Amino acid sequence: MAGPEFTAPVLREYPVIPILQRGAMAAATPYLANEKIQEALGFPGKLVDDWHDKAIAKMGDLLGKYRSLKVFLDTCVHCGACSDKCHYFLGSGDPKNMPVARQDLLRSVYRRHFTLAGKMFPQLVGARELTREVLDEWYTYYNQCSECRRCSVFCPYGIDTAEVTMAAREILDSVGLGQKYSNEIIGKVHKIGNNLGLPGPALENTLEGLEEDIKEDTGIDVRYPLDVHGAEVLLVTPSADFFAEPHIESLIGYGKVFHAAGISWTLSSKASEAGNFGMFIGNYEQLRKVALRVREAAQELGVKRIVVGECGHAWRIAYSFWNTLTGIGAGANDPFAIQLQSQLDHRHKQPMHICELTWDLIQRGALSFDKEANDHRIITFHDSCNVARATRMGNTPGGQFEIPRHIIKAVANHYVEMAPGTTHEQTFCCGGGGGILTDEMLDLRIKGTLPRMEALKQVVDSDGVNFMVTICAICKAQFTKVVPYYGFKMSMIGGVHQLVSTAIKLGDK
Amino acid sequence: MSAATLFFAVLFYLATAVLLIGLGRKIADYARTPAPLLIPTTPAPTTTGGVVLRLLRELTLFESLFKSNLWLWVLGMLFHVGLALVLARHLRYFSEPVWAWVAVIQPFGIYAGLAMLAGLAGLWARRLLIERIRYISTPSDHLMLLLLMGITASGLMMKFVSHTDIVAVKVFFLGLLRFNPQPLPVDAPLYVHLTLVAVLMLVFPISKLLHAPGLFFSPTRNQRDNPREARHLAPWAAKLEVK
Ligand code: SF4
Ligand code: SF4
Repeated sequence: MAGPEFTAPVLREYPVIPILQRGAMAAATPYLANEKIQEALGFPGKLVDDWHDKAIAKMGDLLGKYRSLKVFLDTCVHCGACSDKCHYFLGSGDPKNMPVARQDLLRSVYRRHFTLAGKMFPQLVGARELTREVLDEWYTYYNQCSECRRCSVFCPYGIDTAEVTMAAREILDSVGLGQKYSNEIIGKVHKIGNNLGLPGPALENTLEGLEEDIKEDTGIDVRYPLDVHGAEVLLVTPSADFFAEPHIESLIGYGKVFHAAGISWTLSSKASEAGNFGMFIGNYEQLRKVALRVREAAQELGVKRIVVGECGHAWRIAYSFWNTLTGIGAGANDPFAIQLQSQLDHRHKQPMHICELTWDLIQRGALSFDKEANDHRIITFHDSCNVARATRMGNTPGGQFEIPRHIIKAVANHYVEMAPGTTHEQTFCCGGGGGILTDEMLDLRIKGTLPRMEALKQVVDSDGVNFMVTICAICKAQFTKVVPYYGFKMSMIGGVHQLVSTAIKLGDK
Repeated sequence: MSAATLFFAVLFYLATAVLLIGLGRKIADYARTPAPLLIPTTPAPTTTGGVVLRLLRELTLFESLFKSNLWLWVLGMLFHVGLALVLARHLRYFSEPVWAWVAVIQPFGIYAGLAMLAGLAGLWARRLLIERIRYISTPSDHLMLLLLMGITASGLMMKFVSHTDIVAVKVFFLGLLRFNPQPLPVDAPLYVHLTLVAVLMLVFPISKLLHAPGLFFSPTRNQRDNPREARHLAPWAAKLEVK
């Protein structure tokens, strides 16, 4: 897309809660998935005739399967503690982007059909019938949630709007209203093995090219192996790492770490994608099916460890869900999982984040760095929402915040923290997560990144920060696209292992 | 037995039954519904003891609310702590002889009632005056606050305005407990108070008052953060593995 078609909101020195702008984002709607895309995933190709009954039935089905949904729909007291916590609301002022209001879009129909109070006194308790307008409103506003869970930190009952969003998207898919971007990508994973549709031979070429570049740069043979049987580590990373900037810089970093530590590793052409958009659309079967590719690849290659690259939602799925979905983990007592777990080396965490691996090696003195190589950078770290609020690294809660920062400080001299309340568990989403990293959602993406940009601006002004690193492929893609609208350079965005790559000493170690 | 006594006796038996059965069914339903994926909001405790502490902090300190909004936390605290004290104080109507600790807290009851009223007034002002909160409020949200204010105010009236024969009220409730109804004194504020309390008990299982049991079933708060160490599998999800 050429030129800034949209303008960014102004950065304010003292962010205040916006006044309501009703309907401000009503037009920000992602493209519908066409019949081919829908049917490839087993969803109806277009809106079914009896969508009303189907949708209500699906809601009933999900209420029976997910305690989260059932409890969250019942327990909200409309206290509003979450109302000023969503970056999309803060950036747009659209009241339907307040987490509680977003939930209420579904809750109102839940009340009408599943609660006594809503059946008897609909007006009194804000219950309403599911009309075509309501359905369209669901499609619009449940596709304006990045499932970042920031609201769940602040709700006194832990109500996580992401769970409601996932349920709503699942209902929409089941009646034929799928979202093109996410569903097309899931189709590509099934067909080709990764989100970008990069086939095996192309991947091989890319990796070879990478090896040549590094040889030229450093004079050292750093390998980027593909489909190597009997390697110790299988690295599963977001496919953007294979060619997008700045993602590839971190991939180079992973390879250098393995090289310097002398760990044998491989990528897999079958599981050449850590991302799993099955979570975004809230569909357990798709989530599981995409995740099972990693299990199969691990079994075929006979690896002992599975390590995950820099990707936020992928780390959530790997860390929190893989054991459930695929058996990648420990502690199982069922044949399906034991079959895989007996192959893995349990002296190491399974699965492991690349940051855990690198930090382990640093602590053991297995890597050495020339920190001055990063001296041209004044660095800050953006906590990615999924890593921060849905996972852990290391042995203690909060390790997901500490370990990436430890690594940065071990490989660079200048590090600056952004304002409290915008980092750690209270971090703001980049604005592009949850399956909306697509051009037609650009207006929302620009507005949604406002709170992060305000925090960034502060440290740029006060400390001269010129580099913001993150450990998420979506964050990297989103920021490089939207920071120019706020007057920052896209080269300001990078990855943690990009810093590692710059500073690591190879060869003479 | 007077008509009023009969009315309130029936009303309270009914309200108690609805409250216990309704709440029991809801809790059983929450407990039965599986949680297929581990979704604690992290950083989260890794042990059961840690989870118990997290829930206790949410229950007694409103930890998450504190992070969110200090004003709202203060108002919520005023109301809920006041309510807890007032409820405890009311135990004297149901115990004979009155338990020692219930006797000890009696003098604080009045302040607790005033704190409740202040908290409720603040919460209502918030709902009316802040545009965002007004936007998300349904009529039932306002009515619930009115109901609670009515209960609190009528309760305080019995203390400050017209003195109710509370000894007789106690005899009435002890009679109910023993399935041997005794006459209820004729007293307008008392009738209002009791009616509103019964309404509250009746709507409890079908309203947002479910936030009380809901907290303990919230997966983002009650799950352990141990997905790599133990396999977590819901029955319906396990079935996908056998085909
Ligand atoms: S999950 Fe994130 S994007 Fe969705 S409503 Fe909550 S804060 Fe907003
Ligand atoms: S903070 Fe929780 S209870 Fe309060 S309005 Fe938001 S979702 Fe509802």
